[in-house]
Amino acid sequence: MSDEYENKSGYQAQSSETMTGTGSGVSPDMDYVRPAENPEQDLYHAHSFIEKWVFCQDAKVIGVQYFLTAVFTGVVGLILSWLMRLQLGFPGLAGFITAEHYYQFVTMHGMIMVVYFLTALFLGGFGNYLIPLMVGARDMVFPYVNMLSFWMFFVAVAVLMASFFVPGGPTGAGWTLYPPQTILEGTPGHGWGILLMLISLSLFVIGFTMGGLNYMITILQARTRGMTLMRMPLTVWGIFTATVLAMLAFPALLVSSIMMTLDKLLGTSFFMPTILKAGEVLEYGGGSPILFQHLFWFFGHPEVYIVALPAFGIVSDLISVHARKNIFGYRMMVWAIVGIGALSFFVWAHHMYVSGMNPWFGFFFASTTLIIAVPTAMKVYNWILTLWRGNIRINTVMLWCLGFIVTFVNGGITGIFLGNVSVDVPLSDTYFVVAHFHMVMGIAPLMVIMGAIYHWFPLVAGKMLDEKLGKWHFWTTFLGAYSIYFPMHYLGFIGVPRRYYEMYDSPYMTSGVGLNEFISTAAFIVGAAQLILVFNIVKTMKTGKKAEKNPWKANSLEWYTSTVPPEHGNFGERLPVVHRWPYDYNVPGAEEDYLPQTAAPSEVAHTEVEKT
Amino acid sequence: MHAGIIFLLVIVGSVLFHIFTPWYWTDIASNWQGMDDTITLTFWVGGGVFVAVCLFMVYCVFRYSYKEGRKAEYKPEDKKLEKILTWATTLGVAALLAPGLIIWNQYVNVPKNAIEVDVMAWQWGWQYRLPGEDGKLGTTKVTNINDENPFGINVDDPFGRDDILVQSDFINLENNKPVKILLRSVDVLHNWYVPQFRSKMDAVPGIVTYYWFEPNKVGEYEVLCAEYCGVGHYAMRGGVEVQSTEDYNKWLSEQETFQDLIAKQQKLEFENKKLVKNNNLILNKDIYKEE
Repeated sequence: MSDEYENKSGYQAQSSETMTGTGSGVSPDMDYVRPAENPEQDLYHAHSFIEKWVFCQDAKVIGVQYFLTAVFTGVVGLILSWLMRLQLGFPGLAGFITAEHYYQFVTMHGMIMVVYFLTALFLGGFGNYLIPLMVGARDMVFPYVNMLSFWMFFVAVAVLMASFFVPGGPTGAGWTLYPPQTILEGTPGHGWGILLMLISLSLFVIGFTMGGLNYMITILQARTRGMTLMRMPLTVWGIFTATVLAMLAFPALLVSSIMMTLDKLLGTSFFMPTILKAGEVLEYGGGSPILFQHLFWFFGHPEVYIVALPAFGIVSDLISVHARKNIFGYRMMVWAIVGIGALSFFVWAHHMYVSGMNPWFGFFFASTTLIIAVPTAMKVYNWILTLWRGNIRINTVMLWCLGFIVTFVNGGITGIFLGNVSVDVPLSDTYFVVAHFHMVMGIAPLMVIMGAIYHWFPLVAGKMLDEKLGKWHFWTTFLGAYSIYFPMHYLGFIGVPRRYYEMYDSPYMTSGVGLNEFISTAAFIVGAAQLILVFNIVKTMKTGKKAEKNPWKANSLEWYTSTVPPEHGNFGERLPVVHRWPYDYNVPGAEEDYLPQTAAPSEVAHTEVEKT
Repeated sequence: MHAGIIFLLVIVGSVLFHIFTPWYWTDIASNWQGMDDTITLTFWVGGGVFVAVCLFMVYCVFRYSYKEGRKAEYKPEDKKLEKILTWATTLGVAALLAPGLIIWNQYVNVPKNAIEVDVMAWQWGWQYRLPGEDGKLGTTKVTNINDENPFGINVDDPFGRDDILVQSDFINLENNKPVKILLRSVDVLHNWYVPQFRSKMDAVPGIVTYYWFEPNKVGEYEVLCAEYCGVGHYAMRGGVEVQSTEDYNKWLSEQETFQDLIAKQQKLEFENKKLVKNNNLILNKDIYKEE
């Protein structure tokens, strides 16, 4: 345990918690940082190839493992979406896509993208890589549990993928898995498929809990000296709050999975009422299908924010770094993240306005849902106010951020339609809903993921991705995705219902055929455009420019490691000591246009810092 | 620069698309004009916010693109601005929520004079039941359902006898008469949805759910199942015809009641018995002959 202050001046640590008096004069007090509360952790260093790259305990490697596994599932999800769009745009063209297959694609695409791709990527991938680096820790606090977390996730993915190969195929119950149809004949994969899905989800929750505890406790307990909560980058705030949500929300998914497994295997009736099937009364009775929906959405709605909050955090940091300006209204941003997180537990039944639940719930859930729009809107204002009077680098990273703002605002506004109970009535279960949630929690977070990849690639791989290819990648993806989902809302207005295998014979679809074909074509292009990124990465790794240290001139700690890419232990011999928030860009009086979090006040005494 | 122009085109394109779209909602055929109006209002307010935010972003891209040596403003917080924005947003949201809740209040409170229509759903089809002269539907039970009693009506319930049964995916409704749709399902979730009526609700096995509307345009409409119900979901469609009172009453008088069905079945049974008896006689004769 080292205490920089003690070493420097022999001055004994004092109990005073805050420092006042910024600005003028250099006094020995001004660099004071509280001593560390916890001793530094002992790191377990890998002794073999397997310990280093397979059963690794280094959060950075685990992060990359999570990332790659999640991307693999994402590719599967993408291919499934292609097959769906093929059927929807050009029914019958691919004869092998039967209705059974189509519903299996729909289900697996949804579940994969939401849980196994986005959640795992943001929290398992970015969370693992960035949390210790950004808060100035050597690793997660429980590295061994962290390793188990990834492998549990890996097994969950393996079980999920295995369901493609069992008799009856994967479940085709829709990603919401609404009983009773989920476990009854008439739904594809009602035997093995649904069982493997439920087992896989349970494993995911168990694995995720291991990781989640790590993220939370590392952020609460292992921050370096001077890294107060209100000096944390918003990325960390977003991931932290999302993890807390996940810890509270995933148990609801776990219990509903277990109950449904029991309904399926033991013939219990948690969710199963009296049912008449092919003239026979089944041996179920007394259960409630709506109970499942409450449990599912008690998980499912926070889940939206489990994906969105890390995206909010990351994009805030990317915008600030590349606009060379402090994030506007940091404290408001933090409280908005926390507030959205808390409110997200009181809005779940807005997915159920027309589910047959007591309709009086509608008043309550519409109100809470629209209240949540306020902190969300504040975040949007603060992003664009960060751009305002900035010095904006229009590079690939910034383009993805701008694309995020456009798609997120678009998807957020359509959320106000759907949240507003009676407006939801005509639009629910139509393509308006499909367009809305893809825009707001598919495309918008994806924009952030892509921005984050271009931003942190130099840190992870030590090389700069090609800007020109990056811009091509951005514009095809952004324009393509926008032209998929923006017009799709209008199919919903016509009344075209979602989850229809085929309806070109319906009067509601006569005018929509051309639009549907256009959407499908755009979907093929956008999917294929992701190869540009793959090509860019391959090319960069082979011939790319070596990244200098801190190429973006950012302030946060991950760019101030002893080596690039950072080695195990992250910060060399001494942990960094933090003196300021990570958003001191273009501070009046400073020579450079950025002040690292580690810059001590005495080193930059002539600056006029407003907040330290 | 190029980036700003493309983003600007995306915003302008979105607005133009909305104005000139050939794809918009179907002509409304029910009393729920208020839903359409709230959507229009939300479009104006929400669309305005979308355009304003995006245009401001585009402006920043044009105006504050990177220039070597330029100083960005250093102003971590602006309490006043944040306060104004918070209150303005809250106000806007409240203005949208209010009409939404008012219409929802109408949606959940069914007018007293609404005619009840029992919509029964299964994998994969619909059938309908209307009250008879007593104006009341008889009670039902899933376990009662069989070939003789396709709606599962409680035979002891006097209100059930005169119920009018429509064993078809198609139903007729009377124009300008409020209808209370009572939904029931015998197996999984379904949802009886006609886009022109704007309204919908899930049918949930085990309970009876409801919603109401008042059709106000004579014509034929397609009925869609709007809640995923298994592999036949996309084919689970029906029809509804809204008719003038005169036509509707004519149609109604041609429909069979539960009483008619029972009578028909009893007659059938009686004839069956007779048939069996005759057969037995013939058989007996044959046996007799052989002996």
